[in-house]
Amino acid sequence: MKDQFVVPARLKRTSFVLMGVGLLTLLIGIFAFHGEHGSTRFWAGLLQNSSFFLLVVLASAFFIGATTLAHGGWQIGFRRVPEAISMAVPVLGAILFVILMLIAFTGKENIYHWLNAEHVKHDEILSWKSAFLNKGMFTAFSVVTIGAWSFFAVKLRKMSIEEDGWDLSAATGRRIVWRNTVWCGGFIVVYALTVGSTTPWFWLMSIDAHWYSTMYSWYTFASSWVSGIALIILFLVHLKRNGYLPMVNEEHLHDLGKFAFAFSIFWTYLWFSQYMLIWYANMPEEIVYFKPRVWGEWRPIFFLNLLINFITPLLYLMKRDTKRNYSSMVFISIVILVGHWLDFWQMVGPGTYKHLVFPWYEFGLGLGFVGVIIYVVIHQLTKAPLVPKNHPYLKESIVHHT
Amino acid sequence: MAVKNFVVASFSDEAVLFPAVKKVRTAGYKLHDVYTPFPVHGLDHAMGLRETSLHTAGFIYGITGTTTALSCMSWVFNSDWPMNIGGKPHFPLPAFIPITFELTVLFSAVGMVLTFCYLCQLAPFVKKHIFNPRQTDDKFVMAIEVTAKTNAEELKRFLAGVGGEDVNEQRVESGWWFGRFDREDRLFETKVEAVNA
Repeated sequence: MKDQFVVPARLKRTSFVLMGVGLLTLLIGIFAFHGEHGSTRFWAGLLQNSSFFLLVVLASAFFIGATTLAHGGWQIGFRRVPEAISMAVPVLGAILFVILMLIAFTGKENIYHWLNAEHVKHDEILSWKSAFLNKGMFTAFSVVTIGAWSFFAVKLRKMSIEEDGWDLSAATGRRIVWRNTVWCGGFIVVYALTVGSTTPWFWLMSIDAHWYSTMYSWYTFASSWVSGIALIILFLVHLKRNGYLPMVNEEHLHDLGKFAFAFSIFWTYLWFSQYMLIWYANMPEEIVYFKPRVWGEWRPIFFLNLLINFITPLLYLMKRDTKRNYSSMVFISIVILVGHWLDFWQMVGPGTYKHLVFPWYEFGLGLGFVGVIIYVVIHQLTKAPLVPKNHPYLKESIVHHT
Repeated sequence: MAVKNFVVASFSDEAVLFPAVKKVRTAGYKLHDVYTPFPVHGLDHAMGLRETSLHTAGFIYGITGTTTALSCMSWVFNSDWPMNIGGKPHFPLPAFIPITFELTVLFSAVGMVLTFCYLCQLAPFVKKHIFNPRQTDDKFVMAIEVTAKTNAEELKRFLAGVGGEDVNEQRVESGWWFGRFDREDRLFETKVEAVNA
C-alpha cells in the first residue's frame, strides 16, 4: 500500500509556475496601476484574493471539525487531505494580515472609507459605527481570528499525527474520539463566532461601510465552505489518480459530491434571502449595495454568479452518476471554485474601484494563491502517512457505502 | 396476480445472508425477494435490483411544481387581476421565488411519497402474504419462486446448505389483494416460538 505521499515533480513545478504568475501579476500591478484609482484596484485585488483563499482553506478545518462533531466515520480514510489543506491557514492568514494592516495603516480610504477620520466625523452613520469600525478594533479582530484559526488548524493536525504513534486498543480509541471531539467543539465555536459573524463584517462588508446585512457573514461562509469542499475533492482526486488512498473510492466521492450539491443550494438560499428582503423593502440605504450590481455595470457578473454557482451545480450534480465519476467531479469542482471566486470579486469590486474591468490582475493574483496552496498542501501531505491508522472509525470509512 | 409456490428460508445474520444471496443468484434460482427487519446496505446491489427511478420521478414532479407556481402566479398578476403592490412590477420574480420553491418541494415530496407507495404496493387495505412473521423482528427472510424448472426438494437442501434456517415451501398469492390484516390473519395472535428458548 502506498501510504507515504511523494511530491510529484510536475505538480511542484506547476505550483512554482502559478506562484510565478501571481508574483509577475503583482509586479505588473505595481507598475501598471497609477494614481488613486489604480492603487485602489491594486489593494482591492489583493484583499479579495487573500480573504477568499484563506476562507477556502479554512473550510477544510471546518470540514474536520463538523464531521468529527457529527461522529462521522466516512471521512477518516482521507482525513489527512483536509488536514493538509488546513495547514495553509497560517500561511495565507499571514499574507492576508500583512495586506489588511497595509490597507488600514497606509489609509487606503477608497477600500475602507471609514479609515478617513475627518470624513467619519461629519458622517452620522459612520460616526455611530466608529466604536466598532476603527483601526484598533480592526487590527485586534484580525489578530485574534487569524491567530485562533491557525492555532486550531495546527492543533487538530498535530493531534492527528501524534495519534499515529499510539496503539489500537479500545481505551486509546475512546481517548482519540474524546479529545478530537473536545478540540473540534472549541474550533467550531470560534469558527461560528468569526466566519459566521464578525470577521467578514470587518474585512469585506465594511467596504460598503454605510450598508449592512445580517446575512452577509453566512453568505460568505456558504461561499467559502462549498469552495472548500471543491478544493478537498480536487486534492482527493489527484491523490487517487496517482495511486494513493486505495481505501477511498467513489462512495466517499459521492458523499463529498452531495456536500457540494447541498451547499451550492444553501449558498443560493442565503444569497436570495439577502437579496429578496432588500429588493422588497426597497429602502435607499439598503439598495445602495445592489444598485451597481443589478442595475449598474456589474449586471452581467451578477447573473453569471447565479448561473455558475446555482444553476450549474444544481443541474449537474443532481444525477448520482456525476457525483461518482472522478472526471466529472474535477470539472464541477473547478467550476465551483471559479464561480465563488467571481462571487468574491463582485463583493469587493463594485464597492472599491466601482467600474467593471476585465479581471486579468485579480485572476493572475488568484493563480498565485492557488500556487501557494498547492505548494503548502503537497509539502504537508509528505509529512505524515496518508491514512490515520489508529483512528477507531477507520474501518467505518473503509466499508463506507452511501 | 397468481398463486405460486415459494421456498422460504430465514437467516439470522447479514454475514450469512450476503453470501447466500450471491450463491442463490449464481445457481440461477429465481429470487422473489428478501425481507429484512431494517434497511441493509448493499443488499439491493447484491440482489441485482436495478437502480430505482424514484428520483427521476421526483425531478419531474418538482419541475411540474415550479411551472405550476410560476405560470399560475404570473397569470393571476398579469392577465387575470393585475394589481399594483408596493409599486412593484407586475411580474416581480423575486417575490414569486419563495412560493415557487414551496410548490416545487410540495409537488416533489407528495408525488414521490405516492410513487413510492405505488412501487412498493403499499396502501390501506392492500394485503400481501407474509412469509415469516419474524421478518419484521429479527430474521432476514428469503423467498425463492419455484418455477417449472426448479426442483423444490433440491432447492430446500441447497438453501439449508448455504445457511438458511427453517426452510419450508409455501403455496401463496404472490401479489397483493384487498383485505385487512386485523380481520383475516390476526397475526398478533399467532404463537411464535420464543427466541431464547
